[in-house]
Amino acid sequence: MRLLIFIALKHLLARKRQSIVSLLGIILGVAFFLAIASLMRGSEKDFIKRLVDNSPHITISDEFRNPRRQPALLLYPHGAVEIRRVKPVTEIRGIRGYEQILKQIRPMNGVIASPMLAGQALVSFAGKDLGVTLNGMIPAEIRNVSTIEKYMIDGTIDDLLANPDGIVIGQELARKLALVKGENITVSSTAGQSRTFKILGIFRTGRANYDSGQAFVSLKRVQALLNRPNRINSIVVKLQDPYQARQVAADIESRIGYKSLSWQEASEDLMNTLIIRNTIMYTVVSAVLIVAAFGIYNVISTVVMEKLRDISILKSMGFYARDIRRIFLIQGILLGLVGTLIGLPLGSAIMSGMMQIRFKPPGATEIIQMPIDWGWLQFAIASAFAMTASILAALLPARKAAHVQPVDILRGGS
Amino acid sequence: MPVVLKTTQLTRRLEGEVPVTLVENADIEIRQGEFIVITGPSGSGKSSLLYLLGLLDVPTSGQIWLNGTETSSYSEDRLADIRLAELGFVFQFHFLLPEFTALENVMLPMRRLGKLSGAKIRKHAEELLDSLGLADQMHKLPRQLSGGQSQRVAIARALANDPLLILADEPTGNLDTASSANVQKILKDLARQGRTIAVVTHDTHFAKTADRVITIVDGKIAAP
Ligand SMILES: Nc1ncnc2c1ncn2[C@@H]1O[C@H](COP(=O)(O)OP(=O)(O)O)[C@@H](O)[C@H]1O
Ligand SMILES: [Mg+2]
Repeated sequence: MRLLIFIALKHLLARKRQSIVSLLGIILGVAFFLAIASLMRGSEKDFIKRLVDNSPHITISDEFRNPRRQPALLLYPHGAVEIRRVKPVTEIRGIRGYEQILKQIRPMNGVIASPMLAGQALVSFAGKDLGVTLNGMIPAEIRNVSTIEKYMIDGTIDDLLANPDGIVIGQELARKLALVKGENITVSSTAGQSRTFKILGIFRTGRANYDSGQAFVSLKRVQALLNRPNRINSIVVKLQDPYQARQVAADIESRIGYKSLSWQEASEDLMNTLIIRNTIMYTVVSAVLIVAAFGIYNVISTVVMEKLRDISILKSMGFYARDIRRIFLIQGILLGLVGTLIGLPLGSAIMSGMMQIRFKPPGATEIIQMPIDWGWLQFAIASAFAMTASILAALLPARKAAHVQPVDILRGGS
Repeated sequence: MPVVLKTTQLTRRLEGEVPVTLVENADIEIRQGEFIVITGPSGSGKSSLLYLLGLLDVPTSGQIWLNGTETSSYSEDRLADIRLAELGFVFQFHFLLPEFTALENVMLPMRRLGKLSGAKIRKHAEELLDSLGLADQMHKLPRQLSGGQSQRVAIARALANDPLLILADEPTGNLDTASSANVQKILKDLARQGRTIAVVTHDTHFAKTADRVITIVDGKIAAP
């Protein structure tokens, strides 16, 4: 085998320029593949992390997936009697008996749950009115189910514990109404109630939409404002392992009946978009490597064509057909290997370079870094792809070389 | 002397739209130490015969006996093994591997055989080249050598594994008179040292020095 490698190496070194060009193809292919894949993977991870961090893992809402069945139907599922024109009782919207539900789901493994009541309201200050979503929550629990605490730039959510008439608003809203911490604002609901709150804190998530449209108040106050005493319209759940959300949500839903939406289900469209994006990305970067593989095919085919005499002499000397095939396969492997070994560091350099780039995406108020994922998986995929492409590219000419009949060539002479 | 190579009714045909018979019913016996010249008009089938004798080509019918065993049932790999260990080829064109020095070219069959250590292979190759007057050319690439020198390297390479039989196909066909005479002398010396050699040539002068001359006409052995 050493002899075969020696011969293969000689063949490549004798065609330095061609070998280097095809090598460059592989190097660039590997580097781009790696850099783009890492960027894509990084942004995907970043995106999912934001999704997982900033949204509840499971949201139990005051809805049913299927309309509620009539009591008569429940009682006599196979009955022949049909009651028509039944009008369901008008009831106050919301999850009924939520204390009971919480008692049921809180003991589940790795589950943290907290009730919320969200509703529309109008914030008035100095003659200006702005609509906000009022999130009624339990101040002592909110930090466990939401990341809002992380985004506080002034004051804390905990201040709501001491003062139940406090409110926490976003920075955009504060800016629009020229509000600062400590000021009082009037909040009125569509139910006709209105109340004055003291601004205890200001948050900034970086998403302008959220920062101008959301406010946090204690649950009891929102229930009063919206005229929905003892009601909530969602239970937000955080899990120790966010990736269990699907199963846990299904489990909860089967127990309590209310619609339980896992974050995966809630963002199914986005997830599908990610899959499509990944497919496109891998197709494009693979194309680079496939082009590079053609480069390898090209060199090795040329070598084979130029080396028909040498192949014949090696065969006449006693080399097996498979030895000849190996000599040319080794050339593909060598090109792939060296290309990968240089391409990976180059790709890493590109990745480091990209990490230096900082930019502000539209709609955001934060300057962010390119999210690069340094996981080994991209390195492995890039290497495996490059090696496979190189070997496949070498396979065809190598097989052709193995089938050369020395007699045909030797007879031909010079 | 024992028979090294023997053929019975050796025939090689090429199928095709116009079938060609390259070699027909050739009975040949080569004894150890013999120096045989194969001669005949151009296109008469001398090279084809030599390729059959050298197990490079497979006969359509007839047998080839090497050292008393019949070879038609041998696999391609087995034939390659025999070529490596028992046969040495010299062609009209030297066919040295252009990326390898003269020394490396001579070492190649020995390295492939793998019987000797690296150091011994090198020493033996150096001795062979030295004995053929190439002591100063060992580390040159084929393109830095003259035609005669290249052909001598090719002879050294053919001798590398100490073969039972050396087959040469017009080894002087492409050389000037002086180099030609030199190569002929080397082959005759080898024959005198006891090597078994079969050489195809047009040179009648050279043919006269042979132990035996086989004349081929239209693929058949002509009566002497
Ligand atoms: N592959 C082939 N197809 C057709 N004819 C061939 C082929 N190879 C050799 N021949 C013919 O067979 C004859 C014998 O060729 P060869 O053995 O090379 O003759 P020599 O070596 O005596 O000059 C020649 O006439 C040649 O043209
Ligand atoms: Mg010929």
